[in-house]
Amino acid sequence: MRNQIMELVKITIDGKTVEVEKGATIYDAAKLIGIDIPTLCYMNMGDMNIKHNPGGCRICVVEVEGRRNLAPSCVTPVMNGMVVNTHSVRVLNARRTVLELMLSDHPFDCLVCAKSGNCDLQSLAQRLGIREIPFQGEQSTYRKDTSPSIIRDMDKCIMCRRCETMCNQVQTVGALSAVNRGFQAVVAPAFEMNLDHSPCTYCGQCISVCPTGALTEVDHTRQVINALADPKKTVIVQTAPAVRVALGEEFGMEPGTIVTGKMAAALRKLGFNYVFDTDFAADLTIMEEGTELLGRLNKFLAGDKKVKLPILTSCCPAWVKFFEHNFPDMLDIPSTARSPQQMFGAIAKNYFAEKINVKREDLVVVSIMPCVAKKYECSREEFSTNGNPDVDYSLSTRELAQFIKQANIDFNSLDDEDFDRPLGESTGAAVIFGTTGGVIEAAVRTAYEIHTGKKLDKVDFQQIRGLENVRSASVDVDGFELKIGIAHGLGNARKLLEDIRDGKSEFHAIEIMACPGGCIGGGGQPYHHGDTSILKARFKAIYREDAGKTIRKSHENPYIIQLYKEFLGKPCSELSHHLLHTKYFDRQDDVFVD
Amino acid sequence: MHLLVCGGTGCRASESSAILDNLKSVLEENNLENEVQVVKTGCFGFCEKGPIVKVLPDNTFYTQVKPEDAKEIVNEHIIKGRKVNRLLYLNPESKEHVSDSKHMGFYKKQIRIALRNCGFINPENIDEYISRDGYEALAKCITEMTPAQVIDVIKRSGLRGRGGAGFPTGLKWEIASKSVADQKYVVCNADEGDPGAFMDRSVLEGDPHSVIEAMAICGYSIGASKGLVYIRAEYPLAIERLKIAIGQAREYGLLGEKILGTDFAFDLELRYGAGAFVCGEETALIHSMEGLRGEPTVKPPFPAERGYLGKPSNVNNVETFANIPVIINKGPEWFSSIGTEKSKGTKVFALAGKINNVGLIEVPMGTTLREIIFEIGGGIKDGKKFKAVQTGGPSGGCLTEKHLDTPIDYDNLIASGSMMGSGGMIVMDEDDCMVSIAKYYLDFTVEESCGKCTPCRVGNKRLYETLDKICHGNGTMEDLDKLRNLSNVIRDTSLCGLGQTSPNPVLSTLDNFYHEYLAHVKDHKCPAGQCKALMQYTINPEACVGCTACARVCPVNAISGERKKPHFIDTTVCIKCGACFEKCKFDAIYIN
Amino acid sequence: MSHIKFKLNPEQLTELKEVCKSFNNDKGELINVLHKAQGIFGYLPAEVQEVVAKELKISVAQVYGVVTFYSFFSMMPKGQHPISICMGTACYVRGGEKVLDEFKRILNIQVGETTPDGKYSMSCLRCVGACGLAPVVMVGDKVYGRVAPDGVRDILKNYE
Repeated sequence: MRNQIMELVKITIDGKTVEVEKGATIYDAAKLIGIDIPTLCYMNMGDMNIKHNPGGCRICVVEVEGRRNLAPSCVTPVMNGMVVNTHSVRVLNARRTVLELMLSDHPFDCLVCAKSGNCDLQSLAQRLGIREIPFQGEQSTYRKDTSPSIIRDMDKCIMCRRCETMCNQVQTVGALSAVNRGFQAVVAPAFEMNLDHSPCTYCGQCISVCPTGALTEVDHTRQVINALADPKKTVIVQTAPAVRVALGEEFGMEPGTIVTGKMAAALRKLGFNYVFDTDFAADLTIMEEGTELLGRLNKFLAGDKKVKLPILTSCCPAWVKFFEHNFPDMLDIPSTARSPQQMFGAIAKNYFAEKINVKREDLVVVSIMPCVAKKYECSREEFSTNGNPDVDYSLSTRELAQFIKQANIDFNSLDDEDFDRPLGESTGAAVIFGTTGGVIEAAVRTAYEIHTGKKLDKVDFQQIRGLENVRSASVDVDGFELKIGIAHGLGNARKLLEDIRDGKSEFHAIEIMACPGGCIGGGGQPYHHGDTSILKARFKAIYREDAGKTIRKSHENPYIIQLYKEFLGKPCSELSHHLLHTKYFDRQDDVFVD
Repeated sequence: MHLLVCGGTGCRASESSAILDNLKSVLEENNLENEVQVVKTGCFGFCEKGPIVKVLPDNTFYTQVKPEDAKEIVNEHIIKGRKVNRLLYLNPESKEHVSDSKHMGFYKKQIRIALRNCGFINPENIDEYISRDGYEALAKCITEMTPAQVIDVIKRSGLRGRGGAGFPTGLKWEIASKSVADQKYVVCNADEGDPGAFMDRSVLEGDPHSVIEAMAICGYSIGASKGLVYIRAEYPLAIERLKIAIGQAREYGLLGEKILGTDFAFDLELRYGAGAFVCGEETALIHSMEGLRGEPTVKPPFPAERGYLGKPSNVNNVETFANIPVIINKGPEWFSSIGTEKSKGTKVFALAGKINNVGLIEVPMGTTLREIIFEIGGGIKDGKKFKAVQTGGPSGGCLTEKHLDTPIDYDNLIASGSMMGSGGMIVMDEDDCMVSIAKYYLDFTVEESCGKCTPCRVGNKRLYETLDKICHGNGTMEDLDKLRNLSNVIRDTSLCGLGQTSPNPVLSTLDNFYHEYLAHVKDHKCPAGQCKALMQYTINPEACVGCTACARVCPVNAISGERKKPHFIDTTVCIKCGACFEKCKFDAIYIN
Repeated sequence: MSHIKFKLNPEQLTELKEVCKSFNNDKGELINVLHKAQGIFGYLPAEVQEVVAKELKISVAQVYGVVTFYSFFSMMPKGQHPISICMGTACYVRGGEKVLDEFKRILNIQVGETTPDGKYSMSCLRCVGACGLAPVVMVGDKVYGRVAPDGVRDILKNYE
């Protein structure tokens, strides 16, 4: 293909003529000239390689001159000379009728629906001015499925099948499939069992893209409110790095607005006794995981053939569950380090509780996470002692926003406040955990200095950053070329894992985040409605927050140094192993048993 | 001498296999097994009068033969040369016996191209196919013609797809031939799912080689070396015969590498459908062959550009393929001389319902419905009145008296509000309720919708529910308007052909039988007396003798009355099961 | 579906794996594999689907999605004598529905169900292609033509 010139075609939409690239759809062409055709199933997150265009909802139909029936604009390619009308009487009547049909098989419980106000179906009904449903008839009724993280209320499913694409094509988890056919068709796990009997990783990407309230997170706000109201309890909170760059969106701020200070102030107003930061635990993670990496590397360099390389990060609970289901033969490859959330919980309940003289049972640890898998993670048995979990409740960014609104707090007018000490101090290295590539960059910053004994003159590793699905970078560690792989999205992770299994992997260390974009695109974040510019704004904000920090390397966090001094000893010590490391389980047969 | 015994599914259901066995053993008893050959053929078409046994060379056509008749056929006809009159077809008008099928009304108007070999050859013997010009067309194509020439012949013949939509076959081949790829596929759609159509099965059961030959010709034309037959798993006999035929064709070097000594290679594989009507749609069919749910995808891309496994694929149905060898052999001009201006050749119809001669027929395009129903079909059963004929299955519509003289072809049927479809033709009489018929088809569509697009998934369900409401006497005038609007939207917005045509039974009955809808809605009456909920059982006190039989049989004790005195039905309790009606020996119970 | 207790014995497991292998464990052959598997077991219990998924390296949800799409596949064991009533149009207009109602009444089961004693199961099918014999009922492989509601008991008598 030499110098192929882009072929352009001319089409007229609603009286306006536009020249677009051949192969573009009517929908794309309309967008170019400011015509926003509504749709419920179409999803195009091109930057993330996520595309879903089954042409199934039929909301985006338009009239094309000379064509017998209406054309679904999201999948109909433009042709030269095409004349399109996106809002003729015929189109409006059809679009309205199709929406009425959808609504005729949808519960009318908007007032109490978790998705109310954020629901694409609801906004469309509003936009098309639907005031009554002319069709009555059977409505689908399904058993509500509540898992540790996700609630499936399939009565509200409109068969857009975005979740199916996320679960299968993007994440390759394979927990969901369309089942049955016709009016009975619905998206469900195998045998229509509950999600907790499936290989679901609780990454929550299905929730992120669901246009209705069919998929939502399990809400733990009530339990947190009760704990806060209980005078016997000391309630502390930790906030994950990606929350601070997204929470503002829920209060009308521009995507990418950093609200760390306001968030801390709001949490204090909500009544938390101590407002801490998961970032502290992220620094701790680097100490443990970085040491583990160096340990394996040193053995490798010393000629140990049995040492497991590459090492894989283990901060992401969805990723952990994914490899437990899909790569049970490789459980010894990932780092044994617990995630920051769980490290925080372990330190809080075993170190901080003692420090403030509160019994373990009376200390309630709440986490604010961009994630729904974290809810599942804190429910894992190995993370409790005598039935008392290290982290009691995990709330998503969305739940926190809701909670703040419920408590009548005018978030936007809050003055910035700081986190409490000691578990609230963190470095720039911890902040970047919130995006793809961040964990490994943070690890490199520390590993480099510890390994070489030299100071990094530049802490920004641009070669690691970016939003491409799979990235590789090499870092010169004093003459040794450290090869790094990065993947976000479990489908991309699978490729790297398969390479390792086949002995084809060249990497020494691999960072994996289950969600596209990393935690900034987590399943618990404010809904992005398929707009990738929102993810990009969060991505940039994370690095801005890092750049603004005085300390940017985990091992320089003074409270981390103090923690090792007074409590843990040194990284990967026996106590560290007990409190901060974990083991993994073969879950390949852990499903469908009844 | 030959004895041809129909081995089609219909006749086999009436024990034609036993007839075959008995004929053989009686012949053996008489030491005639070498003089008289017994051949199991495919369907003769005249299913109403099956099982059929035909005697060659004198063309005697025995109907409704029973296994025990074998002895008489051999002893009388074969040995003594006397025809068994009681097994001959009786002309319903002249009441005379007809011995040769070509003098029967059923066969007179038929021209058999696709069905040319059905009932004439043993489908399990390739030599019989070859003896009737079989594989001559393939040989001609690959040794004398270029692929472009073959496509040109098909284009000039005017052949259009027999699966339903009537897309020009030659054009389809041409598009596939122009797609560039390392591998292409020829796909035969044998997933006949139209309830009441069985022509594809009959071709595969009666003449499998014609399809194999045509697929190889198609492969040569478009540059494909692989063919796939997607066949309904519910057709065990067709599958078996196709497998035998493929095996024989391979043995004869008509499939495989270096066919007939040329460089052309082509082979066939079978793929099984698993009971999904939507898989008749070509993109759905392809997904099904790939091991996926048979959900259609939006076209373009068409299968000719991106089909099976992403490779260019040409999909035609069985009947379309069955026409190909004849067109090559006899020439496009011969073929296009049959039929109408825009629809060339013949069409096979499965004629069924309230008609005297149920069966499989093949008529030239342009034959009128009147000729089919009253001449070939022998008119309406039991002397009842013709009401409607449904063509095109769930995608088609109901045509009436006023359409009887329309020459049928693709375009006229569409103009009349119906479809050619795959060729189901169901005749209805005065006892059929047209609202119920529409409901029957919608029930089918609702069950067979894949559920991918909203209008088909929810819209058809709502259509069905509204029709059901009307059948229960609860419909309103507003419902009739809703039916029409919703039907139009479903037609306008559905993803695939299934949804785009599913409202046709509703629209065509609304157009042609609006008065029946009105009767249900306004008068709460079903003129045909089919809608149970609108029936009322009443006892005529003058005819009732008070035998109490009805009261005893009533499952809900709705009937009361003293012995030997007229009884009475409490309509508020009656569940309209009809038990009393059937029990009454004095015709005292009638239906309102 | 979890109420169906089914456990593959080692021989059945090997047989099933052999079936998958005969199709090169190719996920494109899923439907052919399921046809064969149903041929062996009479139906497709959950465990069979799990094995097929594993062998073909696809998700169980996908296998289940396919099984529930096609009416030919069943997750319920069929009765000793499976009864299929043709609901093709030709049979419908010649009274197929009344025949169906009679079967329902006598056997006291709905379409898709099996009698508690496991003797009969009932399903509908669309056109067996014996329209000349409409309405048609199949019991096992045996075809009964021109069935009237009052002939239903006589048919069932053959299987008592």
